[in-house]
Amino acid sequence: MAGTGRAPAGKLTGPKLRVNWIACDGRGLCAELLPELVGRDEWGYPIIADAPVPPHLSEYAQRAVTICPKLALRLVPPG
Amino acid sequence: MNALYDTTVNGTLTPPGAELPRLLRAPAAGPGGLDVHVDAYGPLPSGRDVIALVDAAGLTGRGGAGFPTARKLATVAAAGRRTVVVGNGGEGEPAAGKDLLLLHTVPHLVLDGLSLAAEAVRASDTYLYVERGSPALPGLEAAVRERRRAGMDRRRVEIVHAPPRFLAGEESALVNRVSGGAALPRATPPRVFERGVRGRPTLVQNVETLAQIALIARYGPAWFRALGTATEPGTMLFSVSGAVAAPRVIEAEIGVSLPALLGAAGGQIARLQAVLYGGYHGGWLPAADALAIPLANTALRPRGVSLGAGVVVALPADACGLAETARVARYLADESAKQCGPCLNGLPRIADALAVLARPHPDRRTRAWIERWSSLVAGRGACHHPDGTVRFVRSALRVFAHEADLHEGGRCSATTRRAVLPVPAPGVPAPRDWR
Ligand SMILES: Cc1cc2nc3c(=O)[nH]c(=O)nc-3n(C[C@H](O)[C@H](O)[C@H](O)COP(=O)(O)O)c2cc1C
Ligand code: SF4
Ligand code: SF4
Repeated sequence: MAGTGRAPAGKLTGPKLRVNWIACDGRGLCAELLPELVGRDEWGYPIIADAPVPPHLSEYAQRAVTICPKLALRLVPPG
Repeated sequence: MNALYDTTVNGTLTPPGAELPRLLRAPAAGPGGLDVHVDAYGPLPSGRDVIALVDAAGLTGRGGAGFPTARKLATVAAAGRRTVVVGNGGEGEPAAGKDLLLLHTVPHLVLDGLSLAAEAVRASDTYLYVERGSPALPGLEAAVRERRRAGMDRRRVEIVHAPPRFLAGEESALVNRVSGGAALPRATPPRVFERGVRGRPTLVQNVETLAQIALIARYGPAWFRALGTATEPGTMLFSVSGAVAAPRVIEAEIGVSLPALLGAAGGQIARLQAVLYGGYHGGWLPAADALAIPLANTALRPRGVSLGAGVVVALPADACGLAETARVARYLADESAKQCGPCLNGLPRIADALAVLARPHPDRRTRAWIERWSSLVAGRGACHHPDGTVRFVRSALRVFAHEADLHEGGRCSATTRRAVLPVPAPGVPAPRDWR
């Protein structure tokens, strides 16, 4: 399993990354772009911690959302 | 789900001084059923604030999740524009039979509830979702016609056929089917109350929940609360099977004891090992625990199980809980809609590993693999099918841990492999187009 898929601990309140599992193709472009936050399971699908994106990575998270070829990745408000 | 229960008989359980059955009081299917129904329950009330009554009654959904019904009604009512109501009679759960029994014996009570819910959210369209080929369909169609002739309902009720699949009653799958497509779950958000049937705010309510609404609107919240517990008021339909003399659907108050419920199903016919609560997305409890705690979510949830849609299966001591779980896990993997990577890949692996664990001398890493795949599929699907499957499987690993130890040592305490949990006969092809 590549990457940890765990965001650093601490109280953060920013948006979270969320996958549309029906759309996702599991090729892992998001994990390549953002290994700090996105791991991959043994079938290739992204493993993303259910935690807010830390501010210093929010720009990369936004880019992962934009680059996802299946429009399967979104940033959603926390909650 | 059809052959298990005799739909003409129902067991009832009457605590002293209380009136039961409520839902199943007056069978009124067949020609002239509407008159029988109105004689028994009284006319369909109108002009009542149904949402307030349901709120005061504390009714929760009987389709599995147990969500407060008034909150759902209020949300859809607030959405305003051209809302839709669907009665969910899909009942894809093989061990359940209560929705079929209701639709078959008291179709007008369900249709009353549908009408009241539609009124409460000012719906422009109402649907009833029922499995294709269901024995309840002819009676339902007749009941809908009879009501139309009598001018009972403000809106026409359209019956939509569900495919015979486990997932067909999941609310987003239902919405897709009622919108004219395949009964496949879709990604959320949006939730169906935001955007449902043909994009409109949609109230999806289990048919038992609707029948309860029909009673609450007539007899009021205090009457409703006279049975059940303070936090979980009312009665519920339990589909009781397994090691009992007369598997059947029983209406009982929430908080009933398991011995009383099993007694109403003809009584135990074997020593029990464990009890399955909540169906195939539910969980196992050791028999000793189950026999000692009441059937209420407040008591069950701390032990990791819940009432769900009222399925109760008593597993006899001579059966193998791991073999039972493995068979159902295979069924659940086959019933995946295979739209989401983790579910499509993970559920078959879990099912394969459970099949290994159910035989002598499984690889000693098998349980660790099952746990790893379980953590990989839980929460990673468009619908809750992987989550529910994992809940069921993990409960088996807990409750049958000793049996797994025995299997690793090449032994098994079971003396029969006769199946207890029903799964649809293999070879009956499920419709591939999900319609
Ligand atoms: C996989 C799956 C299958 C379901 N099948 C049914 C079903 O057959 N009938 C039903 O009423 N609810 C079913 N549900 C629950 C529905 O999604 C929905 O919550 C319910 O119909 C709402 O009604 P209630 O609030 O009256 O319980 C299912 C849920 C899941 C996740
Ligand atoms: S880039 Fe998009 S489609 Fe590819 S794995 Fe990530 S979420 Fe899935
Ligand atoms: S989680 Fe599984 S069952 Fe649910 S939509 Fe995805 S593939 Fe289908």
